[in-house]
Amino acid sequence: MILYDRLQFAFTITFHYIFPQLTMGLSLLIVYFKWRYLASKVDKYNDAAKFFMKIFAINFTMGVITGIPMEFQFGTNWAKFSELTGNIIGQTLAMEGMFSFFLESSFLVLFLFGEKLMGQKLHFLTGFLVFLGSWASGYFILATNAWMQNPVGYEIVENGKYVLEHFSALFSNPWLIPAFLHNQVASIVTSSFVVASIGAFYLLRNKNEEHGKLFLKTGLVVGFVASVLLAMPTGDWNAKNVAKYQPASFAAMEGIFETEKAGAEIVLIGQPNMVEKKLDNKIAVPNVLSFLTYQDWSKQIPGMDQFNPKQLPTNVPGLYYSYHIMVGLGTIFIGIFGLALIFLWRKRLFSFRPLLWVIMFLVPFPYIANLTGWYVAELGRQPYLVYGLLKTSEGISPTVSSGNTLFTLLGFVGIYLLLGVLFLLLIGKVIYYGPRSLKH
Amino acid sequence: MEIFWYIIIAIVLAVFFVLDGYDFGAGIVHLFFAKTEKDKEVISKSAGLFWDSNEVWLVAGGGMLFMAFPTFYASVFSGFYLPLIIVLWLVMFRAIGLELRGQFKYQMWKDIWDKSFGVSSLLLALFFGIALGNIMRGVNLGGIENGTALYEKHFFFLPLWDSSFSPLSETPGVIDWFTIVIGVITVVTLTIHGANWVVLKTRSSINEKLKTIILNLNIILLILTMISLYIWYTINPNSFTNFIDKPYLIIFPIIYFAGIAGLFFIKSLKKEIHGFILSTAIIIGGITSSLAAIYPVILPSTNDVNESLTIYNTSSTEYGLSVALNWGILGFVLLFVYMIVQKRLMGGKIDKMDYGH
Ligand code: HDD
Ligand code: HEM
Ligand code: HEM
Repeated sequence: MILYDRLQFAFTITFHYIFPQLTMGLSLLIVYFKWRYLASKVDKYNDAAKFFMKIFAINFTMGVITGIPMEFQFGTNWAKFSELTGNIIGQTLAMEGMFSFFLESSFLVLFLFGEKLMGQKLHFLTGFLVFLGSWASGYFILATNAWMQNPVGYEIVENGKYVLEHFSALFSNPWLIPAFLHNQVASIVTSSFVVASIGAFYLLRNKNEEHGKLFLKTGLVVGFVASVLLAMPTGDWNAKNVAKYQPASFAAMEGIFETEKAGAEIVLIGQPNMVEKKLDNKIAVPNVLSFLTYQDWSKQIPGMDQFNPKQLPTNVPGLYYSYHIMVGLGTIFIGIFGLALIFLWRKRLFSFRPLLWVIMFLVPFPYIANLTGWYVAELGRQPYLVYGLLKTSEGISPTVSSGNTLFTLLGFVGIYLLLGVLFLLLIGKVIYYGPRSLKH
Repeated sequence: MEIFWYIIIAIVLAVFFVLDGYDFGAGIVHLFFAKTEKDKEVISKSAGLFWDSNEVWLVAGGGMLFMAFPTFYASVFSGFYLPLIIVLWLVMFRAIGLELRGQFKYQMWKDIWDKSFGVSSLLLALFFGIALGNIMRGVNLGGIENGTALYEKHFFFLPLWDSSFSPLSETPGVIDWFTIVIGVITVVTLTIHGANWVVLKTRSSINEKLKTIILNLNIILLILTMISLYIWYTINPNSFTNFIDKPYLIIFPIIYFAGIAGLFFIKSLKKEIHGFILSTAIIIGGITSSLAAIYPVILPSTNDVNESLTIYNTSSTEYGLSVALNWGILGFVLLFVYMIVQKRLMGGKIDKMDYGH
């Protein structure tokens, strides 16, 4: 039963991605704090860098623990896929190990324990290298995923294998750069939410106020800029790519059941009704989608009726909702960050408690937006594993029975549950003790 | 080109076993020999500081295997499905144990995570050894039962065990008495290695006692090695022909036995690092000898229907392997730079290091 394999992959990758999405953005903010410290020698910046490095380290460890099964699952559960495409995606996955994991893990230890040994400048440098490593990791993984979304530079040989024809094509894949930028900016949004909400928490508890204000301010400013970049231009680029390379997925995620004669409308609200092939309770603005996608109000966009049902994504409602949740949250983030910045500018933010509460409790939402974004990408790729080439059903391990997969799926659920609880406990402890406790 | 990548991957895996081997070993030492709280703490610290940078070698080795020998990767990982996933779980438990023990001051909390660290280290060493044993013995490629193939010729699926537990059975399982022996050898080797590491890296009160333990384990190791060689010869009389055809391969077993011989003098060694180097030799010699014996096969077939998997019939294309070589060299250069920087800044006994808690 392929269902268990898919559930297992979806579950384990979802859990894995909770951690890197924070570490990638957070490493950038840590570098920023450390840099401010070098420039100003004001202690609170150094405290901030070290405090968030503790949070980083816990997330990093969880990233490693949950990442190792990811790599091996390609072989265990998707053996046929590995055999057929390993020649290509093996390249980017091995490069990830070689160029990013080694870099990140070697220098993380130094950053955590070596401040006194190395002096401030070297300490900054190790922080910077950790940042570089984590972004390189994201880059190579997205290169892998980009090949699955839009295969390039390959050749099919007689035994059905896909082999590499142009190495450089893996990196000039038009899917890669927009996806990478959007993904990295999204991870900055997650981390600025975390930074801001810890700041809000300290202010609400009247504890560590000096640090709280720094966290809040930095998180809000960075978060606002990143949220805007997330929608425009990076989100927009991705949407154009989907329209161009995966038009059937585009129709499904936008909820276009029927092709309109001229410009396509943009759907704001509505529930896909798969039986009658229409959206229930629809609210839509005419022609806007055509304009956003092609800068032409009357350009026709093919709806789902134009495609062979066999090529349509298998889970249209899931895809549609995921997309609308992501975009909806993205819009809300811009609004909240913008509002908070106005309060900050008027110097009222630190004492306006309702807004602080809102900021503090919003922290799960960037995670939700990130994960739903990935569901858009992954569900949109269906029914293919490698878009247009290899069906998902053709990729699973021919020898592993579904009983075994169900067993391991349940095992992963159990272990990750434990892991999740322990993670929250540890993070809670670090936040509770606060940045001051780092001084000896 | 295949040979080249084969050697690189073998080196990466050997480095993994040397590096992560000492923290597995430290876990076993911790489980059986550490009694006082202080010793437990420094020993788990001696592993805890380094395990994640060590485990990167596993990840890198896995990635390279995927890239260079995709058919082997697909076949072996799906064929050893259950043991592999169990290994992944143990890796997680070990990591959880290591990371969590120091977090809260309650004794019960520490005891739980100590046990989880120790037991999962022990089981991991055993499983890795069993895996090596399976590679040496071979598997029923194509899943031949009563003359008919269940799968394509390069796929297989092993149950955890076959009711006879015999390596000579037509459908041997993952665990049989040959692979168990190899598993136990691995446990013993890594315990020796871990004990050497603890001696090298800490001032724990059991350091002297550990040297005696190393000596005793060394004797056991020698005996077990002889037994395993005999069994291996019984299962497959061709196991040692490579060493006769290509006599220079003898260097690998020599390294192995030199390591064992050297450790008999553990008590009179001048420097602690020498003990560690000797156990490193055992690990490297052991892995390379096993691989050299079956080369160019990487997974022998136990039936006569399907040919064994070799580095030639499972590899990527020439083009793929050669571009990978270009970036691979760059990667290794960078890696050695990091290692030198890290070791220079992190040398010495860890008791004195500021662990940040
Ligand atoms: C904080 C998270 C977040 C937010 C607020 C947004 N996105 Fe996003 N989006 C992601 C996080 C994300 C992501 C998880 O990072 C994805 C998954 C794959 C990728 O590269 O980035 C993604 C993918 C992704 C895709 C590609 C789907 C595919 O590959 O099939 C499109 C078209 C958009 N996004 C569009 C947008 C638009 C127009 C937004 C408007 C506000 C938006 N995203 C907000
Ligand atoms: C964090 C980001 C990601 C998330 C949340 C995610 C999510 C998912 C989900 C939900 C599925 C199941 C799809 C379905 O059942 O229809 C899936 C499948 C899969 N994804 Fe991803 N994915 C992510 C990143 C990646 C990346 C980077 C790769 C490649 C390197 C990848 C490779 C796969 C594979 C091989 C499958 C299994 C086949 C399938 O069911 O489509 N995923 N992923
Ligand atoms: C969007 C998808 C993904 C991103 C952005 C991502 C990023 C990262 C990052 C930044 C790390 C470093 C640890 C950390 O900082 O928390 C990491 C760890 C890891 N990831 Fe992912 N990852 C993704 C999906 C995957 C997939 C699909 C695989 C499977 C091949 C994978 C395999 C690993 C492994 C093996 C580690 C541990 C590395 C180590 O030992 O240091 N990741 N990931």
